[in-house]
Amino acid sequence: MIRVRGLDLGYGDRLVLRGLDFRVHRGEFLGILGPNGSGKSTLLHALSGLLAPQGGTIEVGEQRLEALPSRLRAQILAVVPQTTEVRFPFTCLEIVLMGRYPRQRGLGTVTDEDLVWALRSMRRTTTTHLKERPITEISGGECQRVVIARALAQDPEMLFLDEATSSLDVRKKLEIFEVLQNLNETRGLTVLCAMHDLNLAALYCRRLMFVKDGRIAHDGPTDRVFTPEILGEVYETPMEVQWHPSHHRPFAVMVPLAAPVREEEEPLEVGGK
Amino acid sequence: MKVTSLPAVEIDRTLELAEARSRRQAGRRRFAAACLALGLGLAVSVILGTGIGRMPVGWGTIAAVLLGKLGLAAPAVDRTQEVVIWGIRLSRVVLSGLVGASLATAGVVFQGLLMNPLADPFTIGVSTGAAFGVALLVMLGVGGSFLGLSPLPLGALVGALGAMGAVLVLSRESGRIRKESLILAGIVVSTFLSALISLIKSLDEESLSAIVFWIMGSFSGRGWIHVGFLLPYAAAGFALTAWHARELDILALGEEPSHHLGVSVSRVRFRLLLGSSLLTAGAVAVSGVIGFVGLVVPHLVRVLAGPSHGRLLWLSALTGALTMIWADVLARVLLASGQELPVGVVTAILGGPFFFYLLKSRRSRGIW
Repeated sequence: MIRVRGLDLGYGDRLVLRGLDFRVHRGEFLGILGPNGSGKSTLLHALSGLLAPQGGTIEVGEQRLEALPSRLRAQILAVVPQTTEVRFPFTCLEIVLMGRYPRQRGLGTVTDEDLVWALRSMRRTTTTHLKERPITEISGGECQRVVIARALAQDPEMLFLDEATSSLDVRKKLEIFEVLQNLNETRGLTVLCAMHDLNLAALYCRRLMFVKDGRIAHDGPTDRVFTPEILGEVYETPMEVQWHPSHHRPFAVMVPLAAPVREEEEPLEVGGK
Repeated sequence: MKVTSLPAVEIDRTLELAEARSRRQAGRRRFAAACLALGLGLAVSVILGTGIGRMPVGWGTIAAVLLGKLGLAAPAVDRTQEVVIWGIRLSRVVLSGLVGASLATAGVVFQGLLMNPLADPFTIGVSTGAAFGVALLVMLGVGGSFLGLSPLPLGALVGALGAMGAVLVLSRESGRIRKESLILAGIVVSTFLSALISLIKSLDEESLSAIVFWIMGSFSGRGWIHVGFLLPYAAAGFALTAWHARELDILALGEEPSHHLGVSVSRVRFRLLLGSSLLTAGAVAVSGVIGFVGLVVPHLVRVLAGPSHGRLLWLSALTGALTMIWADVLARVLLASGQELPVGVVTAILGGPFFFYLLKSRRSRGIW
C-alpha cells in the first residue's frame, strides 16, 4: 500500500527525519509513537502529500505520491488533523458532505449516494444530532468527530489520524477507535495514527512504530515492541508494562522519575541597595 | 397474512435520507425564490433608476424608448429624450449594477480565500494599484482617447493587474501561495504605492483634484462604452468564480483540509484570485474606488443565506447590483443644489453604520 524508501524530511535546512525505510500493507492498524517534536506529524504530512520530501520516495499503490492527481489521492487517503478551526458557519452536514468532493464530478452536485455516505459517516461518529447545527457553534470534541465523519465520507482506503482524538474524553476516544477497528477489520481500511496515548495505542494498534532522534527507533507488532525496555528508551522515562487479565492487551504504567529534576533554587534579591 | 417489513434500523435510515433530501430540496427552492425576487427587484430598479433624475421623463416615454431600442416598437421620435434615457441614464444604471455585482462577487471570493469575513476586494492592494495607474497618467498629462475611451480606465486596469501580479509574485513561497503571505504582500504593495501616489500629489498640485475625485469613485459621465469595457472582465471573473464555487467552500476551511479533500490548492486559489482581481480591476477601472459594497454585501448575504458559496456568489452579485444602483441614484439626487455626490461617499456613509449594526447583531456573531 505505502512504500517509503530513503525518505528525508525537514523544513528548510533543518532535517527532522533521515533515511526512513518502511512499508505499510493494506489493512494494517499502525500507531506512530514518539516524544514531542520527534517528527510524527511531519511524517504524516509527508505521507499525505502536504510536505515534499527532501530526499527519497513515497509510493502509494504502484504510483509515486506526488504524481497522483489531487482528487485521486483524496479518494485513496483521508486525513484527520490535530485541530480544526472553521470560521464560516457551515452546518455539520455541509462539512461532512465536503468529504464527498473527491468523488464528485463537474460542479459537484450532491447525489443521493453522497447523502447516504454523509449520513452513514455521521452515524458512525455519533454526530447525527449535529446535522443542522453550525460548525462554529459546537464544542471542540464534537467538531473533531464531525471532521472524522468527513474523512470517513471520503470512503478512503487509508485513514491518517494526527493526534485526532487527543481532545476527546475517554468514552468518545474509545467510540472512535471502535469504529476505526471495525472498519479496519470488516472493510480492510488501513489506519495510521500518530498518538501520545500509549495505552490507547496498545489497545487498538496492531503494529507500532517508534520515532525518535530523526529515525525509526523500533517498528514491529505491538505485542513485541510494547515493552518496558523500548518504552523507557524512547520516552527516557521508566515504565512498567503489564498485560490486562481480561482483554489480553498490554498497558503501560508510569513510574515516578528516579532522580527528580529539581530546579536550582536561586536566592531572590528583594529590593535594591 | 404475512407482512414483509423492513427492519426498524432500515426504516430509520430511509427516513433519515428522505428527510435530508427534502431539506436540501427546500433549500434549493428557497434559493430559487430568492434569486427570482432579487432578479425582479433588479429589473424594477433598473427602470426606476432610469426614471429618476434632474430632467423629468414620463414612464410612458421610458417604455417607448426602451421598446424602440430593443426593436419591439417604432423608434422613439424625441431625440433628446432618447439620448437622456438610453444614452445617459440607462447606461449608467446598467454600469452601476454591473460594478456592484462585480465588487460584491469579488468580496465573497476574497473573504472565502483569506478565511476572513472582514476582507474586501481591495484587501490585497488592487485598488491602490488602480489609483496609482490613474495618478501616473494624470501627472504625465496623458489625454486624448483610445477607442473612444479616456486613457484613465486603461491606466487603472493596468495598475490594478500590475499590483495583483506583484502581490502574487511576492507571496509565493517555494511555489505555493499562502494566505498569510498574501495579506502581508498586499499590505507591502499598497503601502508602497500609496506613498508613490502621495509623492505624485505633492509634486504636481494641478493633478491633485483629478486624482482625489477619481479615487472617491463615481459613475458621473460614464456610458455604454464603459459597460463594454467592463463586460469582458466581469464575464471572465464571474465564470472563474462560479466554476470554483465548490472549491471555495472547501478552501474556506483552510489550506491543509483543502489539500486532504483533494483540491489542488495552489492552482484553484490562483484561478480564484485571478477571477476576483479581474472583477475588481474592471470595476475600479470604470468607476474608481467604491468601498463597502464588496465588504458589507457578502457579509449580509452570508448572515441571511448561509456560507455555501454556490448560493452566496449569485445572491451577493444580485444584491450588490441592487445596492449600487440605488447608491448611485442617491448620489445623483441627494444634494438639492443638483450637484452630484461621489457614489463612494454614499456607500461609505450608508455602509459604515450598517456594517457596525451587522457586527453587533446576534446572528452574525457566530461568524467571528
